[in-house]
Amino acid sequence: MSAPAGWEAVIGLEVHCELRTATKLFCGCRNEFGAEPNTHVCPVCLGLPGSLPVLSTAAVELAMRIGLALHCEVRPSVFHRKNYFYPDMPKDYQVSQYDEPINVAGYLDLPDGSRVGVERAHIEEDTGKTSHVGDTGRIHGAGYALVDYNRAGVPLVEIVSEPGITSATQARLYASELRAILVASGASDGRMEEGSMRVDANVSVRRVGDLELGTRCEVKNLNSLRSLSRAVDHEIGRQVAIVEGGGRVEQQTRHWDEDRGCTVTLRSKEEAYDYRYFPEPDLVPLAPDAAWVEDVRSSLGPMPADRRRAVVALFGAGGASDARADQVATVVELGLDHLVVAAAGAGIEPALALARTANEAAADAAAAREVDPAAYTALLQMEQRQELSATQAKAVLAELVTGGGAPVEIARRMGFEALAAGSLAEVVAAVVAEHPGEWERFCGGEAKLAGFFTGHVMRRTEGKANGKAVAAELAKLQG
Amino acid sequence: MTVGLTPDRAEASAGGAEPLSARALADAVRRGERRASEVVEEHLAAIEAVDGELGCFLTVTADGARRRAAEIDAEVAAGRDPGPLAGVPVAVKDNLCTTGVATTCASRILEGWRPPYDATVVARLAEAGAVMVGKTNLDEFAMGSSTENSAFGPTRNPHDPSRVPGGSSGGSAAAVAAGLAPLALGSDTGGSIRQPAALCGVVGMKPTYGTVSRYGLIAFASSLDQVGPVARSVADAAALFDVIAGHDPRDSTSLVDVPPACGPAVGAGVQGLRVGLVTELTDAQGVDADVRSRVAEAADALAVAGATVDSVSIPELRFALPAYYLLAPAEASSNLSRYDGVRYGLRVDGDDVADMNARTRAAGFGPEVKRRILLGTYALSAGYYDAYYAQAQRVRTVIIQAFARAYERFDVLLAATTPGTAFRLGEKIDDPLAMYLSDVCTIPTNLAGHPAISVPFGTDSAGLPVGVQILAPALGEPVMVAAAAVLERAAPSTPVPRVAAPTLATAGMPAVGGAR
Repeated sequence: MSAPAGWEAVIGLEVHCELRTATKLFCGCRNEFGAEPNTHVCPVCLGLPGSLPVLSTAAVELAMRIGLALHCEVRPSVFHRKNYFYPDMPKDYQVSQYDEPINVAGYLDLPDGSRVGVERAHIEEDTGKTSHVGDTGRIHGAGYALVDYNRAGVPLVEIVSEPGITSATQARLYASELRAILVASGASDGRMEEGSMRVDANVSVRRVGDLELGTRCEVKNLNSLRSLSRAVDHEIGRQVAIVEGGGRVEQQTRHWDEDRGCTVTLRSKEEAYDYRYFPEPDLVPLAPDAAWVEDVRSSLGPMPADRRRAVVALFGAGGASDARADQVATVVELGLDHLVVAAAGAGIEPALALARTANEAAADAAAAREVDPAAYTALLQMEQRQELSATQAKAVLAELVTGGGAPVEIARRMGFEALAAGSLAEVVAAVVAEHPGEWERFCGGEAKLAGFFTGHVMRRTEGKANGKAVAAELAKLQG
Repeated sequence: MTVGLTPDRAEASAGGAEPLSARALADAVRRGERRASEVVEEHLAAIEAVDGELGCFLTVTADGARRRAAEIDAEVAAGRDPGPLAGVPVAVKDNLCTTGVATTCASRILEGWRPPYDATVVARLAEAGAVMVGKTNLDEFAMGSSTENSAFGPTRNPHDPSRVPGGSSGGSAAAVAAGLAPLALGSDTGGSIRQPAALCGVVGMKPTYGTVSRYGLIAFASSLDQVGPVARSVADAAALFDVIAGHDPRDSTSLVDVPPACGPAVGAGVQGLRVGLVTELTDAQGVDADVRSRVAEAADALAVAGATVDSVSIPELRFALPAYYLLAPAEASSNLSRYDGVRYGLRVDGDDVADMNARTRAAGFGPEVKRRILLGTYALSAGYYDAYYAQAQRVRTVIIQAFARAYERFDVLLAATTPGTAFRLGEKIDDPLAMYLSDVCTIPTNLAGHPAISVPFGTDSAGLPVGVQILAPALGEPVMVAAAAVLERAAPSTPVPRVAAPTLATAGMPAVGGAR
């Protein structure tokens, strides 16, 4: 959805992503989701008195991968302390990067052809997790709280977009594309439901033509792409309604309430923290040398945008139709585009390869990613040569994805081999012989009777016949 | 002559190493001539006898010390070498983490907390065969210059128990002065090793920032804090430095290059050395006449020993104190945030988490700590950062550059350690600015990250010890201790403290001979 007529939304996204390192950012504790509470902790990530941080090289490398995948400039950087009190933050300050972040000035190309600027992508440490225990299940009214510090000190990269997003749809597209890049670069698993990718949206509105930006609100608690687009839409509507009603938008941090479908005030500008940033004296400045940066750059595989372009290119100079753009985006997002490319390279019609991959293989993408591209291509060849009907091909494909094996074998096991062209001809001839009246009318021009014959052939073959092949046989008998 | 002294060492310490010197004790233990258990018992007995009056220790680790001493004796009996500090009792400032042993920073807020790990320096001491006999008193979180800011009561100066030992490492300095341990660890953020060493008549050394690991040192001001030795002689201080110095992968600010060993440099002398007498740290307003005289005599002594001595003015140093009192509190305000009642130490319940945090901190911190948290929070606040914190950082750069210019002309610098000698308990406690001025001569080296050492050099007219300071450029510890050792040999004799271990009183100080 877009902003109401006459209005324009200005949206910037802040995405926190947990890095897939073996250990935490400043200590050797394991970085693992879902362990027993407070089992992956040590003096450093518990912030015990006297402990000191030592920066993980692996985390820096993954942060550079993200930056380079987003076309950022990798720069010498400095860690700062962001000071505020919170029980799940062991030191009561967060080590983050402030005015000298490691990655700056990049961009992200979206599947719809738009480009969103990336202001920065900096490294910081995650906090622990607080569970409020009590009757209501909410902070207010909780009897007490339990804190799990397993997540404290897990490396994060915060990716800050420029405020160049104009709609909820584009915001969702950006987040989804960014997630694909995070996964493709190997930096993160991008699981929003586990909190390894978290999105905050800064939203403001202005009348079309205004140069001055409106007052922005930051919306938190967006735990899915769906929440993101719903929350942004709601927030745009809320702000437009305020201004059209003669009011003024107040700068606030707001919380998305998924159940009620609205945003609610978390804190106002007056309540905003003064973080008292200053350079972290326990760490030295970080200056990756040029050789390291180039090593990381050259180890990056193609990014989703490159891969989409590769799939589109299979369709020749004209490219893929708009109708196929969604299929292209899907196969790339699910990491199945290599199947399409391999099949097309072996002579399969790109449209067939794309359709089977985006529709059928995508149903179980995790398993489909493991399928041998040669076997996948062999299957599509059988379909293209009409040795298998579309229905049969889909059935074999499902088997191939879940169990693997040679498509010819699978087809034989499923009884599809009996329908080789020769035996089909016999069945068709038998059906024609049994219905001389209908055959005469069909030959006389009553084309819709093709369905009658096909139906009988299907019944006799228990649905294994290929409709197109039946039509071809009928045409042959007509002479 | 004492047992086990090599000719080198005997010469290095001129009049001969005193019998209770750390090196003499370690040599005797390593050769099997004395048992570590016996050495440790002697010192535990001394602590028992006099520490009720002095209050040097917050915790005495008698059981642990006896166990460790027995292990060392067993090692020697088995023909193994327990290390260069074999059997030497060491007192450890109570802001250094010790596994299972209460570590309080002299603060209510950490009362009862027992660290699950050892500071790197504590581990290195153990590896060198040293025996920790206890944890020493300090100004709360090392903030202060008299050890009166301890939540557990003040430490008293062994030379005059009505006077302060200086601070914040007052417990360590007083313990060494009184003969309760030959060696102690302190920490120096703005003078907290050197100032109490001067006031107690012992040697105190602040190493180059990054040469000694800070891992396990409970932070006051991270960019200034440095652990260092307190000893009764320059050679002992050098020996302890050589044990604790070195790269630590757990401290990102730890220097990778191993600092040069100081022990071998102690006897090097000062022939041809260029010494600059810093006027701003000697003739400045507020420096007592007696102290000025001792510094002048120290300059003469260096010249007599072959150095060339000239005055040098470094006017930028007058900005050091105000810059320090923005930077150190700013870092402290952040470092001390973690004492929030959530995870360890004191908790005072409240209506909600924020109220619990506030009540805990109100009850747990003393007035000086609160004052510095307020100062630091203010200095870092939005709108004030550039005027205060950033400006102070620029001053720091200016001071580093000014020192660099001085070190183009001089190898080491000479200065007073403190403007005056030990003051009376309560004398400055209600006047924070007067207290802060106690560190005016020591703070510049912390800002620069350079090493400095304070050596006893005579007394004032009241018979109280005076300390003089040798300053050196980064990693200049060897030349610094060489100059300090020359001053030590030339110094007028220092009186035996009024309150001291019986052994020390018998041996005299510095002692010649006194074989056991």
